[in-house]
Amino acid sequence: MATKTLPPKESAPSEAVVERKAENSPGDKAFGTVAHALLILWSAIVVLPLVWTLMTSFKTTSEIFSSPFSLPVEPNFVNYSNAWTTAGIGKYFLNTVIVVGAALVIVMVLGSMCAYILARFRFFGNKAIYYLMLAGLTFPVFLAIVPLFFILQNMGLLNTLPGLIVTYVAFALPFTVFFLFSFFKTLPHETAEAAAIDGAGEWRTFFQVMLPMAKPGIASVAIFNFLGLWNQYLLPVALNTNENNYVLSQGLARFASQAGYAVDFGALFAAVVITVAPVLVVYVIFQRQLQGSVSQGASK
Amino acid sequence: MSFFAVFLGVPLAIYLLFVISPFVQAFYYSMTNWSGFTAEMDFTGIANYQRLFSDEIFMMSVRNNILLVVVLPIVTIILALILATMVTVGGSSRGQIKGLKNSGFYRVVSFFPYVVPAIVIGIMWKQIFAPSNGLVNGVLVSLGLDQFAAFAWLGRESTAMPVTMFIIVWGFVGFYMVLFIAAIKGIPAELYEAARIDGAGRLRTAVSITIPLIRDNVQTAYIYMGILALDAFVYMSVLNPVGGPNNSTLVMSQQLLTTAFNDGQFGYASAMGVILAIVTLIFAGLVFLVNRIVGGKDTA
Repeated sequence: MATKTLPPKESAPSEAVVERKAENSPGDKAFGTVAHALLILWSAIVVLPLVWTLMTSFKTTSEIFSSPFSLPVEPNFVNYSNAWTTAGIGKYFLNTVIVVGAALVIVMVLGSMCAYILARFRFFGNKAIYYLMLAGLTFPVFLAIVPLFFILQNMGLLNTLPGLIVTYVAFALPFTVFFLFSFFKTLPHETAEAAAIDGAGEWRTFFQVMLPMAKPGIASVAIFNFLGLWNQYLLPVALNTNENNYVLSQGLARFASQAGYAVDFGALFAAVVITVAPVLVVYVIFQRQLQGSVSQGASK
Repeated sequence: MSFFAVFLGVPLAIYLLFVISPFVQAFYYSMTNWSGFTAEMDFTGIANYQRLFSDEIFMMSVRNNILLVVVLPIVTIILALILATMVTVGGSSRGQIKGLKNSGFYRVVSFFPYVVPAIVIGIMWKQIFAPSNGLVNGVLVSLGLDQFAAFAWLGRESTAMPVTMFIIVWGFVGFYMVLFIAAIKGIPAELYEAARIDGAGRLRTAVSITIPLIRDNVQTAYIYMGILALDAFVYMSVLNPVGGPNNSTLVMSQQLLTTAFNDGQFGYASAMGVILAIVTLIFAGLVFLVNRIVGGKDTA
């Protein structure tokens, strides 16, 4: 999307309209000022809490208590090592990477396979399965949580990382299928036919022809799934109560509720920064893609 | 046929086992007095539901959820619409239709909160609103408002809920802003030009052109935000783990989890889940209905 406001001289090439430089009316100027003021105010409301958190993460607990504004006397990285080891954030971080990484790969593979079949093949029950997926998107997870607890328990997967992974996969599946369904639908049939004529089987057609073509769609869904799974809280809280297997969100919550008594606020702020940083980095790198996929969703 | 079996069978099996079957089981459990710890349970029909409606605390949580579902989507969507309008069509009222300068910056920054994990949003803002060393009270005291020196924003019945709502709104405005920006950019510029020639002012243009044309996006946003408001679990459980002062921020999801895993009343908790699902469906249905009555068909 063109966000730059360069003089759009070539905006209408067919009519060859030369853009006249329009004078801004006083009303425009007033409106522009107010609009900018409001947007800057909102940006400040967004950014200041984040900056304050970052700054506070370098302060000692006594500095935090003396004044909320004072800069750290000297940048203090003890908070980070305390958060990483003593508070166990390092361990939770590793667990989260394992669970989210595995679940993400599995759900993307299974989801695109399922979406491909539903979008490209006609068979009895096709529509029914599609609506079943849609139903999974609408019902609140809370309704499922109690029976899910016992399903995992009976399979011996309760409080284990594989149990958490398979649950993440299952609950991310409807969104993945739903989104990729429309994507596979729009891919041209000719390419698949050409592959079939060239002797490629169903498997090869999917993995070597269709999947690469669906890359943009898969990338957007993967980003959303990553954010969703990384932030997941309810499922681990209910289904993963073994402290050694905690994921970041759980570990943070526990740490925050403990900090009320034991008070290592510096480490708490450091732990928050450790959690936010990877996600924010992913966002900044994929910023265009992510905003692009929000736009795609909007045009549906 | 191995292709079909693997591609459709595996995802579907996982989905049925971990998503659909728990939903179905929950309906059955909701009509039993199952404790969860023993195998035995009696079928009790609608007894759990009768009990729910005379359960003061649960009805309190239902009321809080309804308050959230009424306030959160409206505030979030109006704020997002205002910001999105300013970014996209807030530029000069002469010449080409364009947005404000630096709109890309505002868009990227506003999206930040969406990538911050919900649990972190909760922890961060709890510290910002902390009575003695928080940012908010620090600012207020430095402005000379000494009565806020130890003001417990989240600990008072009158402020706990509004502050919580503000925090959730903070987390979502940017996302919907980006969604609306994409939608508004999809509106043909001619429509705005025509309105301008007809003498429509900015407000008139926003109300008569923008909103009707992105009606479906607003509806989607309303439903998503509403579903979030009916859940709200993460924010509530961090900001006020036990339901806030006099249960003023207690929501159904918190009560459900406590009832199931702390009180060991899985049948009763399942009934709460069913109520939550029903309320969600009623809400989504209402939004569709209102959109249709207000004229979703003839204007779009």
